Parts: sequence; C-alpha cells; structure tokens
Amino acid sequence: MRNAAQCLCGLLALLVVSQAGFTQDALRWPKSVEAGSSFSVPTSGSGPAALYIVGPGDAIRRKVQLGNTIFFQPSDLHNAGHYLALLVAGGVVQSAQFDVAPSQPASLSFIAKPSRLPVARADAISGVAYVFDVFHNLVLRPQRISFALSDAAGSAQSRSASTNNGVAWVQMNSAAKAGAAQFEASVDDAVHERRVVQQVPGDPCRVRINARASGSRILLETEPVRDCSGNAVPDGTVVTFTETSPGGQTTVDVPLKRGVARTELPAQRGAVISAAIGVVLGNEIRWNGGGQ
Amino acid sequence: MKAGRLLALLLISATAAFVVVGTVWPHQSAVSVSDANARLGSSASPQDAVSSLLREIGRRNWSAAYDSLANRGEFTQSEFERDLTGSYGSLRMYSSLDGFEVKPLHVSPAEAKVRANLRWSDVMGTFQDSRELRVINTGGRWQVVWPVAKEPKLPPQVIPVNYLRWDVIYRGPEDDWGAQDVESPHVRIVAMHPIERNGGVSVMGELLNEDIVPALVNVKASLLAGNGAAIASEDSFDKISHVLLPKQVTPFRIDFPGVQMSQVDSVRIQPSSILVSASADPVVGIESQKLNPLPQPSLTGELLNQSGQVVNISHVIGTFYDSSGQIVWVADQYPDRALLPQTPVPFTIPVPADLYHKVGTFRLVVANYTTSRFQ
Repeated sequence: MRNAAQCLCGLLALLVVSQAGFTQDALRWPKSVEAGSSFSVPTSGSGPAALYIVGPGDAIRRKVQLGNTIFFQPSDLHNAGHYLALLVAGGVVQSAQFDVAPSQPASLSFIAKPSRLPVARADAISGVAYVFDVFHNLVLRPQRISFALSDAAGSAQSRSASTNNGVAWVQMNSAAKAGAAQFEASVDDAVHERRVVQQVPGDPCRVRINARASGSRILLETEPVRDCSGNAVPDGTVVTFTETSPGGQTTVDVPLKRGVARTELPAQRGAVISAAIGVVLGNEIRWNGGGQ
Repeated sequence: MKAGRLLALLLISATAAFVVVGTVWPHQSAVSVSDANARLGSSASPQDAVSSLLREIGRRNWSAAYDSLANRGEFTQSEFERDLTGSYGSLRMYSSLDGFEVKPLHVSPAEAKVRANLRWSDVMGTFQDSRELRVINTGGRWQVVWPVAKEPKLPPQVIPVNYLRWDVIYRGPEDDWGAQDVESPHVRIVAMHPIERNGGVSVMGELLNEDIVPALVNVKASLLAGNGAAIASEDSFDKISHVLLPKQVTPFRIDFPGVQMSQVDSVRIQPSSILVSASADPVVGIESQKLNPLPQPSLTGELLNQSGQVVNISHVIGTFYDSSGQIVWVADQYPDRALLPQTPVPFTIPVPADLYHKVGTFRLVVANYTTSRFQ
C-alpha cells in the first residue's frame, strides 16, 4: 500500500514537472546496479530536493540535500528491472534511467517429470531448472546448470546445459533397474535442488502359471512375474485367471502379493486355464483331473 | 392480487382433482401393495393367498405376513424378514417391493404351485425376484409355504490375508511451485467401438490401467460433426468399473440417446484418472459364467467372495465381443445380495435379443463396494 502510494506520487511528480515545462537535466546515475547492492550517486547544487525512484515493484521517495552524495543500502533496491529516477528541486528536475540486474544465483526451481515411469525408456525424464537470485529475481545471465540422475544401483547419468533467459532443460534415460532415482540440478556447485524419480518395472515379460488339485478345486499360482529387464513386477498388479470348460467360464482378478498371484477355481475335467496381466498373455493349462 | 388468488384456487383444485383420480383409479403397481380392502383372510384360492401375502410384504407388515405362512415353524420372523429385506448393507436393504405378478402353475384340492414374480426397485433401478411358491390347503384356507433362502453358516475360522493397500501423500500448499507432486496414473484406451442402437449412439470400449498404482477412472466421449463441432458429450457414469488396480482392464459404455450415427463424423474419447488410496482386497471370482440362448438371452453366473471380508454391494459388468473380437455390447447388473465370504451369489445380465447371434465371446469384471470405504 505504501509502495503504491509512493509510486503514484512519483508518477504524479513526473507528470507535473513535464507538464509545467520545467527543465530536465541528466543525473549522474550508474547505468546498472546489482539487486541488493549498495551504491551512491553524487548531486550538485544546493538546497533541499526530493528524489523519486520508480521501478517494477519498488517506488521510493526520499528527501535529499543537493550537493551531498545519495547513498543506497543493500535493502533499498532488490527487484530486478528497469527504473526511473527523478530529482526534483524547485523548478528543476534531473532524471536518469537505470537497470537493476539480478544478483548471483541463490536458488533453483527444478521441475522433474514424470515422477514415476517405467524402466529402460530413452529420453523419458525431463528436467527443467529456473535460476533465481536471493531476491527471487530470475537470473537472465547464462548459467551452466549440471544435471545428474543417479539410480538405485549407484550408476549415474550427468549432463549440463546453459540457461537461456533463465531456464535450462535436459532429457535423461530411465535406468534398467527399478527403484527411486535421485535427480539433481546444481549451479556453481553451490546451489542444489533434488527430486526423486520412481523408476518402476515395465510390462511383464512373460506370465507363467502352475496348477495343482486342491480337493474339488484347482489351486493356481503364477511364477514370480518379472519385466524384460528382470525387475519384479510390483505387488498389487492384477492377474486375470480364466478357466473355460463345457460347463461355463470362470474368471477372477487376483493381485500379486509377495511376487505371485494365487487363487482357486472349480476343478473341471477338460477345462482350459489361462492367465493374463493387462495385455500380456500367459501360458495355457489343460486340466485333466490332476494332470496338466 | 386477484391473479394470485386465482392461481391459489387453481392449485387447490388441481390437487383435489389429483387426489380423487389417484384414489378412484390407482396405478396398477400401487394397487398390488396398497389395497386397503385386501385382508389376509381372503385366501379362498391359492392365488388369493399368495397375493395377499405379497401385499403384506409390500406394506412391510412382517408380523401379519409371517403369521399367514404355513411353514412358519421352520424359521423365525427375523429370518423371514432378512430373506426379503436383505442384510449386510446389500442393495436389497434399500429397495422396496414395487409390484408383483402371480401365476398359477399347478392346482389340486390339497396343494398348488404358484409362480410369484416380485419387482423390487432401488436407486440402481428395478430388479426381478422370481419365486415358485407351494400353497397348501389347511382346513379350507390356503396358506403359503415360504421358501426361505437361509444364509449359509460358515464355520468359525481365520482367513489370513496379506493386506495390500496404497496410500497417497500429495504435495503440500507450502511447497515451492516447482516442487514435485505425485503423478496421475497412466491409463490407456485399448478398444473403442461406436454403434447405433435404440434410436441413439452408444460408444463402448475398454480402458487399461497400465501403471503400478491404483486409479480412479472415468471416460468422457464427445460426438463430433463434420465441421468439428460437438454434437453431444457424455461420460460413462456407472457403466464402468471406476477403481482400477494396476494392469486391470474395465469396459465402459457411454450412451447418447437421440443422436443418429449419420450425424457423427468422429468420436473424441477422453479418459481421466486420479491416484487414489485403494485396497487390493477382497478378491471376487466370477464362476459358472454361461450365455443363455433366446428367447430371453442372458449371461448368468455366480460371484464368489474368496476373502473373509463382506462385500456389501457388487457390480458386474459384461463385455460382449463378436467372433472377430470387436465389442458388440456392454451391459451390467447389481446383484441385490451382499457377498458373504465363500458364499456364491447368482447374477443375471440381460443380453439384447437382437445382438445374441453376434456374440462370440464375453468377459466379465466385478467392482466391489463396502459401506466403510470405497475400494
């Protein structure tokens, strides 16, 4: 609220002096200053004056004494952008335009996507890093960002990219081994940001079931189910067992538990039993009353 | 002011007229359960005995209905009530007798057989319960022998379950905008087929959860005209199994009544998925599946709850394929009984007669609901 009022005052002052036809002289102001830095501006003449500084998110009004040097503290200007300074003394207005540039990188906003994906996928993981200074100004100067993806087995991929307009991005491959991978982006070896990417088993490579008699029913059990990289397909994955016989059809969706799915179906001589996980079909068993 | 009085007078007159019409010419189904003149004593014939019993059942006058039975010594009144009103939070508990039909099958001076078709209604629609009733003549009064379907008593036992469930922690509001959130489950449409039927278009297909986490899914379809404009948009509502475990497949059907296929240039399908907490149990098998022939084709079978937990409401969805594997129809049914452990519960999914000859194979899935949680 205070900033807005000051900004309004500055703009009004600028309007008033320009409409009144007052003379405008150039201030000896630095062309660019770093956000959060201290600097000084010399003035000439004598008597009281008002200094207005208007920029993105900042508006300052300060009483100064002409002939003295104006000092700015690190906390005075910290929003990066283009600023206008006006020094108004009686009918004389001195003006200057300057830039406040972002300071050194202090934080990264790192977006890693997806957070969960199957193993062994090329260029499937993307990492995007935005570089900010301590005041949350986007650092537009090119910065070298290092990206490293280390998987559960300890192997790592690393790439680097330069920021363009404050952003850098890379694509990485998912590892062959399932597990949580650490995806880290860093700048200047000082600022790090880490994300976790879950690399999960892919589709089952094959589904194999075994059957044995259990009273008037058949006990069916899958062998441990693995993907084509050898990772165990996670528990909860649904295996659909189907038994087809002249007497009808029986189906049941059973989740894997401890690596296998187990169920009982009615024992019917001549029945054909199969299993599937998603769109992956398994072997078929023909039940002959105790044999297969 | 005058207009207001006129409106009030009109409303009062219309209400009085409707009350008179409803009293003098009641609806047929209401007659069957609300005939105030009917009394249990009017059992001069086997049909009368059955009709008056069913009227008392419709009024939920359990003691009068129970007292009229010939075999009330075989079960208690509460067992009789439970047989009709269901238990364990099943759909039957929330249904009411909407009407009935009585048809004599065989009559002799001492005994008769009567078929009673009971029509129950609940929030999911109406369902039929057909019972063949024996009626006996005891001293000139016909009395119904009620066939109570007693719930099987399971021996006390412990059924070990390796309980598997997923819980989800989402990103918090205080997290940085770049902070990671959990990924929505990846789902994929693996089949889709639109057909024109009953003066509308139905879009059917199958959806696969290809992720390793459970998904709450829905499918939305838009019918597009030649110029790309949407003719209509609908979603699958309850013609889908909404919770999909990893690698599980559900059929779906989306109906567009009143739309002609000739108007449709293309169909846009939008599956959606949300990561939800879910449980892998209970496991329900679908046994004795059989496609029954014309004139009333249906797919029948039995649900068998393989775990020790009671399933309050189950939903069976059938996908029917032609000989080339193309989906020709998707239909469903909600059995009105709860699934008790190890106890088969029958179901019947009607198949449209005109599609019967096209059906080569079929596939069934079952979705389970418990009163304590959605799973």
